[in-house]
Amino acid sequence: MMRSASGEATSRGARLSRKGSIRAHATEESNAVLWAVVVVLAVVSVFTMATIDYGKVDFFTACKDAVGDFWMMVSSPGLAGHFTFADVMEGLFVSLALAALTTFIGAVIAFVLGLFAATNLSNTAVAAAIKAVMSFFRAVPTILWVLVFSVAIGLGAEAAVAGLLFHSIAYLVKAYSESFEEIDPGVLEALRASGARWWQIVFQAVVPAKTSEILSWTFIRFEINFVNAVAVGAVAGAGGIGYQLFLAGSFYLNIHEVGLISYLCLAVAVVLEVAATNLRKRYIVQH
Amino acid sequence: MEESRSFFRAKTLSFLAMVVVFLLVNALSATYVGFDFIDAAAEVPAGVAWMAAEFLPTVESLSKLDSILPALASTVLVSVASSCIAAVFAFALAVLGSRTVGVGKVAAFLARAVASVFRNIPVVAWALILLFSFKQSEFTGFLALFLTTFGYLTRCFLETIDEMSTGPIEALQAAGATYFQIFAQAVLPMTIASAISWVLYMVETNVRDATLVGILTGTGIGFVFDIYYKSFRYDVAGLAILAVVVVVIACEMTSNFVRRRII
Repeated sequence: MMRSASGEATSRGARLSRKGSIRAHATEESNAVLWAVVVVLAVVSVFTMATIDYGKVDFFTACKDAVGDFWMMVSSPGLAGHFTFADVMEGLFVSLALAALTTFIGAVIAFVLGLFAATNLSNTAVAAAIKAVMSFFRAVPTILWVLVFSVAIGLGAEAAVAGLLFHSIAYLVKAYSESFEEIDPGVLEALRASGARWWQIVFQAVVPAKTSEILSWTFIRFEINFVNAVAVGAVAGAGGIGYQLFLAGSFYLNIHEVGLISYLCLAVAVVLEVAATNLRKRYIVQH
Repeated sequence: MEESRSFFRAKTLSFLAMVVVFLLVNALSATYVGFDFIDAAAEVPAGVAWMAAEFLPTVESLSKLDSILPALASTVLVSVASSCIAAVFAFALAVLGSRTVGVGKVAAFLARAVASVFRNIPVVAWALILLFSFKQSEFTGFLALFLTTFGYLTRCFLETIDEMSTGPIEALQAAGATYFQIFAQAVLPMTIASAISWVLYMVETNVRDATLVGILTGTGIGFVFDIYYKSFRYDVAGLAILAVVVVVIACEMTSNFVRRRII
């Protein structure tokens, strides 16, 4: 057997391993990077699990309790007198309204910024600058934006919406500008050659071609904004069903109420998720 | 001619109708929550200016870095571990529940239902429920992130596995390979690059969510931020934000770099 030819191409064109069997996988650079990443992630995870602070509770008792609590939450949701059902429904609508406002204002701002961030409609410097600002917006967690704004402009709907806006804008600018960049360059060239102005190009070629895609992305963001509005309500006291969830869980310590509120959030989120998935399949071309 | 004109008229009308619906929804929402567009437009710029001045870290706040950095490290470690360990479980569930290589229609339905439930129960609810039994500890935060990530990644992996080409699987089946051999020789090699790319994305998302969970469970960078925020030391709170920004951008750049290499 040609042991010396390990890993090399033989006269028959097959690569042999050290044992002399035919190699099924070639060692490429991308494979090496992939395995390096897997190893690093695995090592970090093991290290974390070994050193993490498990608290002062007995692990197995806590696990049993947690499963019991979870079962209680899903099997017997209900109200214990801290809120009426009308209160909870009102909270749900407040969260939905905050999400809708954020989505709408975010969409308007992101549409303008998206035009300037698309490389085929703007110049490279402006596009790069906008993308850099957006990645800063995205890097600050939503909850911190909201907490900062609730001291900057006072607790209330304005602070919640302003805080939620940053991630919304960053997400939509990325989605919109990538969708604008997919426009057939021939169309733009034809319009430019016939003397169309920039805004004529935008409103005669770009917007009509991309309306359904823009609307789908906007709706998908609405789904995310609802989830964020709930989270933000809980931690920043920005109102809505999230705040009631926080009160039920950490103030009244009532698992049944947490269960009921979770079911309501779950129901809304599942409806929005199904709608968003269908929109994505229908209008957004998979890359 | 007449036909094309009516086509464009219908298009313009439906566009206008959409705009009107949008505006109505927003007017309703704004009145419902007491949001004033004009007030907000006037307040936000002033707020931003105030924020920029107050939250700017001072030289003095740099001395608090030795309480910020360990908290930041713990947040990053918890985010990585929760993403990776959730990924292992999610991948197993996604393979069993996949429509192409799964173990049946019932499993496919169950996997999707489980993914949807875990993903859509708010992370806040998970954190609050786990606080009852696990009390305030890093592990509570880990579990809350683990559960939502598990739901999210299961859904992503299900899509990835269902989209892969079935040729190699059929070839292996025809050659008499066992289920495990098919998994190891066809399913895993075809999906691992995109799975890792999802995991890296999740690490980045979890660093941000860990801040939120940290505020609730009293751990990590979220807790440090919360302490300084509540004691009006906005300069140190600003430093904590800056630390998160640096980490998130570093994560994003690393994962973009790796993604370009492996796909």
